[in-house]
Amino acid sequence: MSVGFVMLCHTAFDRAAQVARHWSRQGCPVVIHVDRRVKAATYRKFTRDLAGEADIRFAPRFACEWGTWGLVAATQAAAELMLRDFPQVSHVCLASGSCLPLRPVSELAAYLAARPGTDFIESVTTEDVGWTVGGLNIERFTLRFPFSWRKNRRLFDDYVRLQRRVGFRRRIPAGLAPHLGSQWWCLTRESLTAILQHPRRAEFDRYFQRVWIPDESYFQTLVRLVSTRIESRSLTLHKFDFQGKPHIFYDDHLQLLRKSDCFVARKVWPQADRLYRAFLSPHAGAQQAAEPNPGKIDRLFARAVERRTKGRAGLYMQSRFPNPAWENAMSAAPYSVFQGFSDLFENFETWLGKAAGVRVHGHLFAPARVEFAGGDTSYNGALSDSAALRDYNPRSFLTNLLWNTRGERQCFQYGPADSQKILPFLMRDPQAQISVITGAWAVPLFRASLDFPEIRKEAARLQKIEAAQVDLLRLPAVKARLRIWSLAEFVEDPMTPLQDILDEINPRAGRRLTEAPRMADLAGFGQFLQNLRNQGMQPVLMGDFPAGDDPRPTTTRRGRPYLVK
Amino acid sequence: MGILSTYGLRLARKRWRIRAFRKRRELAPMVSRVGDIRPGAILLFSTLRNEKIRLPYFLQYYRALGINHFLIVDNGSDDGSREYLAEQPDVSLWTTGASYKRARFGVDWLNWLQMRHGHGHWTLVVDPDEFFVYPFCDTRPLRALTDWLVASSIKSFPAMLLDMYPRGPISAQPYREGQDPFEIASWFDSGNYAITRNSRYGNLWIQGGPRARVFFPDLPERAPALNKIPLVKWHRDYAYVSSTHMLLPRGLNLVYDEWGGEKASGVLLHAKFIDTFAAKAEEEMTRGQHYAASHEYRAYRDGLQASPDLWCKWSEKYINWRQLEILGLMSKGNWA
Repeated sequence: MSVGFVMLCHTAFDRAAQVARHWSRQGCPVVIHVDRRVKAATYRKFTRDLAGEADIRFAPRFACEWGTWGLVAATQAAAELMLRDFPQVSHVCLASGSCLPLRPVSELAAYLAARPGTDFIESVTTEDVGWTVGGLNIERFTLRFPFSWRKNRRLFDDYVRLQRRVGFRRRIPAGLAPHLGSQWWCLTRESLTAILQHPRRAEFDRYFQRVWIPDESYFQTLVRLVSTRIESRSLTLHKFDFQGKPHIFYDDHLQLLRKSDCFVARKVWPQADRLYRAFLSPHAGAQQAAEPNPGKIDRLFARAVERRTKGRAGLYMQSRFPNPAWENAMSAAPYSVFQGFSDLFENFETWLGKAAGVRVHGHLFAPARVEFAGGDTSYNGALSDSAALRDYNPRSFLTNLLWNTRGERQCFQYGPADSQKILPFLMRDPQAQISVITGAWAVPLFRASLDFPEIRKEAARLQKIEAAQVDLLRLPAVKARLRIWSLAEFVEDPMTPLQDILDEINPRAGRRLTEAPRMADLAGFGQFLQNLRNQGMQPVLMGDFPAGDDPRPTTTRRGRPYLVK
Repeated sequence: MGILSTYGLRLARKRWRIRAFRKRRELAPMVSRVGDIRPGAILLFSTLRNEKIRLPYFLQYYRALGINHFLIVDNGSDDGSREYLAEQPDVSLWTTGASYKRARFGVDWLNWLQMRHGHGHWTLVVDPDEFFVYPFCDTRPLRALTDWLVASSIKSFPAMLLDMYPRGPISAQPYREGQDPFEIASWFDSGNYAITRNSRYGNLWIQGGPRARVFFPDLPERAPALNKIPLVKWHRDYAYVSSTHMLLPRGLNLVYDEWGGEKASGVLLHAKFIDTFAAKAEEEMTRGQHYAASHEYRAYRDGLQASPDLWCKWSEKYINWRQLEILGLMSKGNWA
């Protein structure tokens, strides 16, 4: 017994000839079909090239446009020739001109002999396939496709739509259950003969001539009528990408292909010299009875498709610039924004860095310069501390920072005195955890030794900005995790909110806060607010502070602060 | 995109092509070997002036990638570049003494040569200090990329300009002819690039890197554009609009994915900042032939005098394309 190969070729004839010779010299008959659209001179040269080989035949030629009946007709004719001329052939494998044998034919023959009477052909019912491009599964069998999908996509689509609307359906011949699968199969002589000599073949052929992509369904469907034992998988290693075109193998896949233990791979770049040299050399292949194991290659290509369709979250670059809402995460990692905390607490930044084990920046959007952690003038990724560069494109600045530091949680201070252009981004970003103590900006003013009219002016400015911020943050479009307290609420019970914030940054730490940050001395703050009022300004964002000395209640606790989500 | 603006772009494209056609008279063929160009050859187009010291490595690099023919415009070199190029068996050379600026920084000349000789070929348009890096470039020749692009129905391939610089003053290490410039300028900025979309042409506008960081910290809008689309399956109706930053028709500028995925992209390593730079900047200042009234070079000159070191402690040392891929500067897309 031996294995015969039917090869469908339309390009890269040097490589096809090389592979055909390789097979025939190992005692495998080869029948080659060359697309009729190939030029006569090229065809002549190809046949001349292989003229000396006893076990190579050329099949009658058909024009093989992608997805049309020609491919099936070519396969039928070549297979008939194979069965007629080579009676010793017990299995027939369908291959293409860009297939590359990865293991010696003897191993393939032994593998097939160990599984007698088995047809290796991927054959899946239309309900269960997930790979079809364009959403056409069963409709491949029930609609008509007179227009080329490649050349007249518009007409193709319109005609499909029209048929759907009209409710047109072709009748599937009785007894046929449509199946789909890889074009590359390996059938036993018995099954193949039974398909080709089926009493109803003329009827089937007539039907499949109008099916879309019949090369993926003709044998896959008919084999179900005749076979006794089907292994629904292909012995040819081949992978399709998200556009439905095959992935290509190059020289650098050599080790992967070696370790895959597959028998044949498709499709190989014709100029992958190293692959052809390695796998077509006489002593290639050292595996014994290994099962094909394409897992690694599967994963490689699956990752490639995922990169192409989903991309890396939070990355903005020359070939990935998602439209709003299509980012698949607007930024690379969760981060925290604190407004008012460093005004209220004297050592908030160092405290937070220690308590949560995170990177804490100052006001990244400060008007004068970017206050990176530790006062650096540049940061990860060579980000500059220039305010002008940052404000030129604040969104790029922030997404760059988060991309460059992925793996390390970033926290930064924000406030009404900072550049406000980034706020719309922050509020839309679900990765942002924003905590705001409204009115806390008044604390540094209260402690500053400035002229009171200046303080009053600045207070009015900051209050106006923060009021606008708060309005923005209450919009329904906000996706960030948001907490807002008024200053009065917060100072009443600072530990609970701080604990909540830390728990959210480090959900698994489960530690109780032992050390609190040092709160600024607020003695006289109420009087300060009253002074502002007396000067005609109305401070509202701080909440209610009595005009007395210490705003912190000494007796009562009112429980958890109000949480705004 | 309305009908009017589409039509406006069509007119603009025609105008650039007519302009290129008119500028053809400025080019005098010096050595033409265009008869050697076979169907399917990959062509490189470049325009240069006084780059003799860079040329040996430049040609060697691109020959190794698989460029079949070089079509070069020499803009009045007097350092032997012209003679050197004329001797090369795979170079066709045109010379011109006309204004670089008035040829829109060489774009008109190259548009004409591409129209004339690039039709149906993959064409790579680069300067002599730009070195194309693409996914798998260490194991797969350029032909593998272009074959894959054809199979994927992709007509243009982006490669952002990545400014490379040495550690220490730019002029500290002398560059030898034939040397790999990235032995000296082996550092780059990995993550400080600002991106916006250009709604008229549909391309991305990328600025940043060491030039923005050091020379334009106060005038970011003046920082040079880094987005480039140097590799195109050329058609005679195409035209580059401004350098290789963008093309018409605008569909060719859509080299980025808008739905969250990543398309494949490469990088142009920019070997501008080696010791030849100071002299070049000085020369360009006096010639005044560069973009935006040589504003860039003026900034360089001032910057170079103040602080000639582009290196900072966050600079990244170049290893290979995989590093650039991981850093997110380029992508394999679905090429595996």
